[in-house]
Amino acid sequence: MTTPTTLFDKVWDAHEILRSESGQSLLWIDRHFVHEGSFHAFNKLHERQLAVARPDQTFGIADHYVPTLTRRLDAIEDAKVRGMIEQLADNTRRHGITLFGLDDPRQGIVHVLGPEQGLTQPGLLMVCGDSHTSTHGAFGCIAFGIGASEVAHVLATQTLWQSRPKKMRLTVEGELAPGITAKDIALTWISRLGADGARGYAIEYAGSAIRSLSMEARLTLCNLSIEGGARCGMIAPDDTTFDYLRGRPFAPEGEPWEQALAYWQTLKSDDGAHFDREVTLTAADIAPTVTWGVSPEEALPIDGRVPDPAAQHEVGKARQLRDSLDYMGLTPGQKLTDIAIDRVFIGSCTNARLEDLRAAAAVLRGHRSKVPGIVSPGSTQVKYQAEAEGLDTVFIEAGLEWRESGCSMCVGMNGDLVPAGERCASTTNRNFKGRQGPGARTHLMSPAMVAAAAVAGRLADVREL
Amino acid sequence: MEPIKIIDALACPLPLANVDTDQLIPARFMKEPRSVGYGRFLLHDLRHDGEGRPVADFILNHPQAAQAKTLVARRNFGAGSSREAAVYALVDYGFRCVVAPSFGDIFASNSVNNGLLPATVSEEDAEALLAALGDAPAVLNVDLESQHITVGELSVTFDITPTWRTKLLNGWDDIDMTRQHAVEIERFATRYASSCPWLATEPSQLIARG
Ligand code: SF4
Repeated sequence: MTTPTTLFDKVWDAHEILRSESGQSLLWIDRHFVHEGSFHAFNKLHERQLAVARPDQTFGIADHYVPTLTRRLDAIEDAKVRGMIEQLADNTRRHGITLFGLDDPRQGIVHVLGPEQGLTQPGLLMVCGDSHTSTHGAFGCIAFGIGASEVAHVLATQTLWQSRPKKMRLTVEGELAPGITAKDIALTWISRLGADGARGYAIEYAGSAIRSLSMEARLTLCNLSIEGGARCGMIAPDDTTFDYLRGRPFAPEGEPWEQALAYWQTLKSDDGAHFDREVTLTAADIAPTVTWGVSPEEALPIDGRVPDPAAQHEVGKARQLRDSLDYMGLTPGQKLTDIAIDRVFIGSCTNARLEDLRAAAAVLRGHRSKVPGIVSPGSTQVKYQAEAEGLDTVFIEAGLEWRESGCSMCVGMNGDLVPAGERCASTTNRNFKGRQGPGARTHLMSPAMVAAAAVAGRLADVREL
Repeated sequence: MEPIKIIDALACPLPLANVDTDQLIPARFMKEPRSVGYGRFLLHDLRHDGEGRPVADFILNHPQAAQAKTLVARRNFGAGSSREAAVYALVDYGFRCVVAPSFGDIFASNSVNNGLLPATVSEEDAEALLAALGDAPAVLNVDLESQHITVGELSVTFDITPTWRTKLLNGWDDIDMTRQHAVEIERFATRYASSCPWLATEPSQLIARG
């Protein structure tokens, strides 16, 4: 009898080349995505005159800086922004790396594009110089974000040194109430455990509520693992996974597909496998959730009220609460549904897949948004599919802007910014101070909840619409 | 990379929790080449008000802050974005060590790769250190060999992953270390490719299915 093993350990062990005396593993990397921000790493490589070890397993994606009003490079006014996109094209060309560039019909946000193109597959070890790389774990692979020095290391060697993290199983049992999404599950667990609550752990999401999630929803859930501090998040692959993957451009076909499938079906935690920590949520307890503060842990069910620092006994925590409320321009005790918003953003690798756009459009259909806003599909393919279904018309008729795909207002690197002092209901992943622009105030929520906020002109409960 | 053994210099108190990497360096500065020096971008939007004027009572605007080599903060320091630029900003400003009760995972490994020591202390010890520093830079001693931090009479221990400690003590670089294992890597890659033949990356068609 072999010892029962977790899904995480199975995938890790399959990639371990060797272990150092101090216990670090040298891991083989299957897929490496680079984006415009990876220029520091390419510069390091050039300084040392090193080649890219495996250009065939490296993929370039233009997403962080791409404009959402045009697909033409020469139409970008900011020379520095244009330079970032050109630099990625130069670096990938020079090293023979496939590029999904600005005008490629496959272009999209890296964490939307990878799954969509079938590059993301069960059992792989995937990295990218972007913290939301945890998204890809939805397929039962180990996927995590790395810094520029590590990007340079992977480019040069196709390997990475890592210490094996502890394992946490986050089980959600039961049935989610109508209108409750993966975003609500994520904001709920992060608000309970804290933004560093899963630090040092790899999470495996399990339980009947997780099994019933679509592939898109699983991607949203794993995407947000990093917001709870986890190294990565993963879900054992099942028929939902295989059905999604079959027929994708980079997915195996014929005999190789059958071989892969036989392996993928072994990728689950054995009965009795040991987890260092178990957390359980009851699906029925999860309500539509929004953030009110400046960290994803500062989240509450929509029928709640802004917390009161005076009720907080710990001095440090009370001070932090006051600081968050001050930045967000909120009054203690205020009802969340009384918070008026200035604009909305529907986009980002967290919530801009077809299912997300459908959910937002379903709420907006036949209504006008009381505030301006942008809708940026997660990929150019998602954009085409949404247009084929007429979702673009729904957004435009509601008064929102239908844009091209990119990171856009999630991080504002391309110039799509929330003006200082304005309040934005957003489907993104970070409500940090200044994340959507200096002085911008962000409230995170699901696409349907953003649509409800647009219609109401304030934070609103989608269940009441 | 310059090895670290003892850092005996001024330390800045930054009594904030959740100082994420978006705050450490706002995204709009990340288009700049490293050669411009990232120190001026460090905590830019906390250091300056809406009109770009320095905020008088912010610690990094203290006349002695520029000589500091250690920063002491509250929990979850460096959470969020994987941007190594956050570490460049700290290092270019002059910091060699950050002390906090917890760090963002990716931030911590980025730090070590740039010779910046992420020293983990308990919440109580972080509070004690912050109290000992007060509201101005003060002398603080970090000893990486014995894993102790000392301010005046106060001495506390800190945690660091053993591999990271070794790397920092020796100023080692990962790429050099890894290249010594070229043969093992090659052997692994060959065996791996034959056991997972479906991993070749030729797309079967150019556009995703609808
Ligand atoms: S959409 Fe936002 S979170 Fe996702 S990759 Fe782009 S910048 Fe990062």
